[in-house]
Amino acid sequence: MSTHTDTHETHEHGGPAVYARTLGALIVLTAITVGAAYVDLGAGNVVVALVIATIKATLVALFFMHLKWDKPVNGIIAMAGFLFLGIFLMFDLLDYDSRNNFMPQNLHISADMPLAPGTAPAGVKPALPAPEAAPAAAGDKKTEPAAEKK
Amino acid sequence: MSTTSVDIHGEGHGDGHAHDPHHQHHFTTMEQQFDTAKIGMWLFLVTEILLFGGLFVGFGMMQARYPREFLEAHEHLTRWQGALNTVVLLFSSFTMVMAVDSAKKNKKDKTVFYLAITIICACIFLVVKYFEYAHKFEEGWLPGRFYHGEHDAIAGSHGYATFFAFYFMMTGLHGFHIVAGIVALLWILFRAKKGEFTSSYYTPVDLVGLYWHIVDLIWIYLFPLYYLIQ
Repeated sequence: MSTHTDTHETHEHGGPAVYARTLGALIVLTAITVGAAYVDLGAGNVVVALVIATIKATLVALFFMHLKWDKPVNGIIAMAGFLFLGIFLMFDLLDYDSRNNFMPQNLHISADMPLAPGTAPAGVKPALPAPEAAPAAAGDKKTEPAAEKK
Repeated sequence: MSTTSVDIHGEGHGDGHAHDPHHQHHFTTMEQQFDTAKIGMWLFLVTEILLFGGLFVGFGMMQARYPREFLEAHEHLTRWQGALNTVVLLFSSFTMVMAVDSAKKNKKDKTVFYLAITIICACIFLVVKYFEYAHKFEEGWLPGRFYHGEHDAIAGSHGYATFFAFYFMMTGLHGFHIVAGIVALLWILFRAKKGEFTSSYYTPVDLVGLYWHIVDLIWIYLFPLYYLIQ
């Protein structure tokens, strides 16, 4: 469908041949991402899927959405959108990650992590069921039975 | 960028200039008018990115909270249907950009043809989506308190209902964008048929094209996160 008569236009602004190659690359990448899902990479699966998705999104934005040839302002607007999405995601993940450490069930997992300064010396296996038992533990070796009575 | 042959002053009618009927008086040139419209469209697309972005972040949080339930629930989704819809949307993006390309080169019939193919692809996408939804309704894999799926590994967990709440919210919102896209595509299809678009004025085709590509772009992320998570 593309003839040589319009090469001077396609040279500047994509054209059917460029779009067809973009489509081919996108479909190959889709096949790769589906194939990668059947290989167990552990946590790497999400990373691989997101990296491939980002490559595909970049191809769509550059060639189908003409950002490659457009005035820079449109690309800057688009990048700003993703930048703010990244900030949003980053602070949410930081919050989620740190908040989890202070949940009650996490406070008796580590053997060498005292509940309060000097209350649970290293080596004593902390079997405290709840953090409320911590004040009672001060200098008292009968802490565990006391906690069980509750 | 194709150069326009209209007057650079645009001083209104009856001034003897060759004057593109689409040229609005507050723009110096047709090109400036086109660029302005395009910036507006991109600003809108950014709000779309952020709208779906918020949902993606929420999905990520809940997946971190219910990893086992999400893994189990995602196996209820049919991978080949998701992959088929991905290819259909990618192909429709290609026909869309071909329609823009044709409009820019004054090829009216080709513009109409490619727009029609794009609309057909959008309908195929919705039909596949219908079969997916119907299956989940039958099995009781519904969002929130409507969830009544059976044989869950972790009985009584909210994780399954949460997964399907996000699934229906995000794919539903995306499907709504597809429907809106079909309406917009039909609108420019009829305008193209009437021969309203020329190489100096094809802004609506280009902007609807941008919208259609962002809908495709969002699905590019939706597909692996929902259908392919491990």
